[in-house]
Amino acid sequence: MRIAIASGKGGTGKTLVAASLAKVWDGPVMAVDLDVEEPNLHLFLKPEFGRCEEARIEVPAVDEDRCTHCRACAELCQFKAISDLGRVLLTFPEMCHGCGGCLAVCPEKALMPSSRLLGEICFGQAQDLRFLMGRLRVGEAMSPPLIQAVKRASDGFLPGAGPCDIIFDAPPGVSCPAVNAVMGCDATVLVTEPTPFGFHDLKLAVEAFRPLGTPLGVVVNKAGLGDQDVFTFAAVEDLPVLAEIPYDRRIAEAYSKGKIVAEALPEMRYLFRGLAVRIQGLARPALKERRYA
Amino acid sequence: MTRIAISSEGPGLEERVDPRFGRAAGFILIDLDTMEHEYLDNGSSQARGQGAGIQAVEMIALAGGVKAVLTGFVGPKAFQALQAARIEIGQNLDGLTVREAVERYKQGRVKAASQPNR
Repeated sequence: MRIAIASGKGGTGKTLVAASLAKVWDGPVMAVDLDVEEPNLHLFLKPEFGRCEEARIEVPAVDEDRCTHCRACAELCQFKAISDLGRVLLTFPEMCHGCGGCLAVCPEKALMPSSRLLGEICFGQAQDLRFLMGRLRVGEAMSPPLIQAVKRASDGFLPGAGPCDIIFDAPPGVSCPAVNAVMGCDATVLVTEPTPFGFHDLKLAVEAFRPLGTPLGVVVNKAGLGDQDVFTFAAVEDLPVLAEIPYDRRIAEAYSKGKIVAEALPEMRYLFRGLAVRIQGLARPALKERRYA
Repeated sequence: MTRIAISSEGPGLEERVDPRFGRAAGFILIDLDTMEHEYLDNGSSQARGQGAGIQAVEMIALAGGVKAVLTGFVGPKAFQALQAARIEIGQNLDGLTVREAVERYKQGRVKAASQPNR
């Protein structure tokens, strides 16, 4: 079972929810931080890190002697990562999305695979919990290829144990990084807050993620604050509200000290256990479909 | 024949120099000896998320025989591409008309840039 913890708005509590869920989850589970631009789930789960691997993306290298400047590669590339200037073939590796199209269309075999460092993938363990995170290289602009690499790694990361459920802590927003994190999951939990900002971005998130076909559910954090708009929206859109985390200073205090809220406060442990069960119910139909596909 | 390209807000010599290189409305290619000129539309650059500057350099390089470009601001990637294509760069010329920029270049008062200005 693969669960994505996502949101439109940043700072609504994705990591708070992901860390607590991982701790109360029944059965073998892995927590994966896909917020590769600023991973922070490890600050709460405190895993011991084993190995870290480099993640790279394929980019073209040019053999000038073989290039006849036919422009096939330059015309194919939609990102101008390879540009033919008549007498020179120029590459901009940092703009390359790694599709491999230029290498495929070159009739002269003048392009060879080279690579660009995206970042690293770190494997860890926190007691029974398996932990995985991606960390984007400083200066790298493209996080989706690294997010995909971390997800592939999570499929193969099974040290000494059978299959396990996976909780993905997604990056905020509703653009390519978040969509890449949510894709292929059995359920997506949208963490929001009952404020105009939370409401606005929840609408965007539903619009962005619903077409992916993954069942969606909502967790309202800081409940008691703000207004009723997110609840009305959830009812109208037929989105189950899976949990309401109260607006409570003790939660903020525990979180700010790097504590896991479900461990720090007994009533939160209870709340997150209920949330875990509801998420499992939400994901089950998709999971079944995937198994029999 | 010496040909240069000027980023321009439109097709005539009285148009203003477009301050943006990559996303200029278009380029006037002019023969400095005869002052004969043609206009290359660059409107499609507005639709590009990225690579507008590189695309503009490609267009100018493929037009052939262009020795220099005159413009306002050139980004780092376009700058790199212009250097690779061995095209001289005159920047910070926004505010002038295309004709004024050309005159200034002819008088030798445009210094070739050695680094991008944005």
